[in-house]
Amino acid sequence: MVTLTINGKLVRAREGEMLLDAIRREGIEIPATCQHEAVEPYGACRLCTVEITKADWGGWKNHVTSCLYPVQEGLIVSTHSEDVIRIRKTILDLFLARCPNAELIQNMAAEYGITRTSYEEVPDGNDCILCGLCTRVCDKMGFQAISTVGRGHGKEVAPPLGEAPPDCVGCLACAQICPTNYIKFTDDGTTRTIWGREFELVKCETTGQPTITKEFAAYLVKHRNIPEDYFTRCDSAHREELAKTMGRITHWGRQEEA
Amino acid sequence: MCITSSRQLKQVRKEFLDGDARFEKKVMICCGTGCLANGAQEIVDEFDSILRKKRIKGFTIEAVRSTGCHGFCEQGPLVIIEPRGTFYTKVKVKDVADIIEKSIRSDEVIDKHLYTDPATKQKIERYPDVAFFSHQQRIALRNLGKIAPHNIKDYIANGGYQSLAKVLTTMTPDDVITEVSKSGLRGRGGGGFSAGRKWRSCADVESDTHYVICNGDEGDPGAFMDRSIMEGDPHSVLEGLAIAAYAVGAKEGFVYVRDEYPLAVVHMQKAIEDCRKEGLLGENIFETNFCFDVHIARGAGAFVCGESSALMKSVAGEVGEPRAKYVRSVVKGLHDQPTVLNNVETFANIPIIFEKGADWYAGIGTKKSTGTKVFSLVGKVRNTGLIEVPMGITLRQIIFDIGGGIIDDRPFKAVQTGGPSGGCLPESKLDLPVDFDSLTENGSMMGSGGMIVMDDRTCMVDVAKYFTDFLVKESCGKCVPCREGLYQLHKLLVKISEGRGEESDIDRMEQLSEVIVNASLCGLGQSGPNPLLSTLKYFRDEYTAHIRDKRCPAGVCRELITYNITDECTGCMACISACAYHAITGQKKKVHVIDQEKCTKCGACVAACRFNTIDVR
Ligand SMILES: Cc1cc2nc3c(=O)[nH]c(=O)nc-3n(C[C@H](O)[C@H](O)[C@H](O)COP(=O)(O)O)c2cc1C
Ligand code: SF4
Ligand code: SF4
Ligand code: FES
Repeated sequence: MVTLTINGKLVRAREGEMLLDAIRREGIEIPATCQHEAVEPYGACRLCTVEITKADWGGWKNHVTSCLYPVQEGLIVSTHSEDVIRIRKTILDLFLARCPNAELIQNMAAEYGITRTSYEEVPDGNDCILCGLCTRVCDKMGFQAISTVGRGHGKEVAPPLGEAPPDCVGCLACAQICPTNYIKFTDDGTTRTIWGREFELVKCETTGQPTITKEFAAYLVKHRNIPEDYFTRCDSAHREELAKTMGRITHWGRQEEA
Repeated sequence: MCITSSRQLKQVRKEFLDGDARFEKKVMICCGTGCLANGAQEIVDEFDSILRKKRIKGFTIEAVRSTGCHGFCEQGPLVIIEPRGTFYTKVKVKDVADIIEKSIRSDEVIDKHLYTDPATKQKIERYPDVAFFSHQQRIALRNLGKIAPHNIKDYIANGGYQSLAKVLTTMTPDDVITEVSKSGLRGRGGGGFSAGRKWRSCADVESDTHYVICNGDEGDPGAFMDRSIMEGDPHSVLEGLAIAAYAVGAKEGFVYVRDEYPLAVVHMQKAIEDCRKEGLLGENIFETNFCFDVHIARGAGAFVCGESSALMKSVAGEVGEPRAKYVRSVVKGLHDQPTVLNNVETFANIPIIFEKGADWYAGIGTKKSTGTKVFSLVGKVRNTGLIEVPMGITLRQIIFDIGGGIIDDRPFKAVQTGGPSGGCLPESKLDLPVDFDSLTENGSMMGSGGMIVMDDRTCMVDVAKYFTDFLVKESCGKCVPCREGLYQLHKLLVKISEGRGEESDIDRMEQLSEVIVNASLCGLGQSGPNPLLSTLKYFRDEYTAHIRDKRCPAGVCRELITYNITDECTGCMACISACAYHAITGQKKKVHVIDQEKCTKCGACVAACRFNTIDVR
């Protein structure tokens, strides 16, 4: 265990834990859009920036992103210093110029007193905040069906070559993790469409309830040692389980590889 | 054959030099990318075809060497005749027969190929007397233009691989690191971090696997020192890399070369293969326990891929995006193993440090920035090209002594150093010593050694806009302050250059810059506002002129200038036909007039006017 100070209060945290987790445990709210427990920290939005110093740093301070900064003994953290608030406000202001209609950003900005961007709105802005959660979760599932393409201001999330992604199995992990609901899909109980592809759903042999897509089922049977008939049985609890954390499935895979 | 000792290296050297002693003269033809583009290969071929037909005493095609870049590309193709060092510029295929006849068969110097000093208008025969070369001190570039890069024996004949032999057979890894630290060598890729310290931190990490990587991404547009070294002296890089590998305990190394450098890839690859053949790479090098091999990794050509963590991802086959470096790459780098990454020029300095000693190296340059630095000098100077100078030399010496001053003797306005995220320094800083710390203290940086000289017709708002735009496009786009912040900075700069600027915009840009610097993930974002901040610092008046007076003092920003014909107009009508927009009217021998409604400010009339009577402001 290590001991550190957060906003003046002595706090204990587990070695190797990230600052953001320790901060949240204290009930302190700071915005963080690219962080999610299902995937590794990424450090893209910079909203979770906090100020750190140590008693022996001679007054020197640093700004770090708490989502991927490991806790350290004797660290003194301020989550809402003047500089940090200025950074956060500026980032939210910049975000609003690109994604003026994204509710998540609107709400976060409102908390910091911003309702309209003070910058020039980006002409072809949309709701994608480029948090990279979708591509990271897709990678983690083992599909790597979508990725970020391009660089600079024109970077976007897309399937390879902008075509229907051949490696996508229609699991919806990306759409479910997307914090701004930018990734659109349809599902009528028989077919599901996402990223311009159509998937047929497996149905429960007894109730006729849809479970998951055929491609996803085939993948899990092949790569994760799941019994072939597993998805032809409908069980609301087990379905809920599946939908809730896709990360678990990866976890099974890990054990299998180990 | 396998070279297994320093004695055998000496034997190779002796054989090579004995072979060379047959020749009364040698011809060095620059075959760097610049000279090749101007036909250097055809010149080599012409020598070959003439010498096949004609026998000359004490001279054969073997005495004709295709060398690496001399740095004076604008004068190329360059042909140098040794031992006198007669220096021929802008040589063409049709000149070769004449050169062989006059300057090789006899000792005649052909005046018309000689270089004319732009300041004194004197012809200069020998290249060491040319001002562009005489003020330089070549250490990293020591072999460029002197040896044939594809011939390992030529490198060995010039003392090559003796340092590696010495290091492997007489020094411990710890000694090696101490020596590099003592030399004071700092990384030449931009940050100026102590090489010795970096090697020490990596060597100290316990792990079965360590890696060494050479950064040859060189994403800085206009810079070509790393390319020239990899093309012109690849073995010095490999030797430096091998010494680093021994020091930190690496068995595998990579040279990361940007994809736009095909010749560098070919020469590096040839050098690696030759080393493997000679036993200088592979198992038990110099009959020691040291085993080391090198591979080439080809970069995708993105500026940001030169950043250390992005580069390592790219080498590992992932998307070249930087990651946060709260754990440093000397601890967790390539494949999460301890890794040393240094720049091409940094590695090229290593062998000579062991040849001549750390004290010798530390005696060059300044106390805190030892050694030399290679710059690519471009822009409005008379002599442009690749130069190597001791640290601590002043900007004035570089620009006026080596560069020969400003073209057409126009006034100097600024020099931009450090690549796209560097800064601009004004005339008052011309006597600044060029070293890592003073450049940074003055709002610019060393970067990889780009140096762009600007004259009075350069608009500093326009310059800031240009570089910011480059960075907006080259940012990897991962983090918000850099991706969105630089984009908005650029928008504000466009607004000002178009005459829509407001007084408050300067404050806004400064505040936004501060957040970009403090909150960005990697060095690109953290230094991204530099072009803006440095021009604001030294040329604030120019910003105010654009904003308050809606005027571009340098006459560059289209929306803020008008073209007018003065009373000195001779009425020659040249401009009338030059204007594609029919904006100029007038009669012969009467002063012409520009219709401001029709004028698009394309500048065609200025180019057409022989009497300099078109006023732009
Ligand atoms: C955006 C960016 C681009 C960079 N590009 C290069 C490059 O092209 N070549 C290079 O050697 N270093 C480059 N660097 C610096 C590297 O990250 C790294 O510091 C350097 O290669 C270390 O070698 P050195 O210590 O020998 O300089 C770049 C850094 C940043 C932030
Ligand atoms: S689509 Fe959604 S999850 Fe993916 S990067 Fe954009 S906002 Fe993030
Ligand atoms: S600072 Fe720019 S280049 Fe660096 S990680 Fe952020 S977006 Fe990418
Ligand atoms: S949550 Fe930490 S950078 Fe986005």
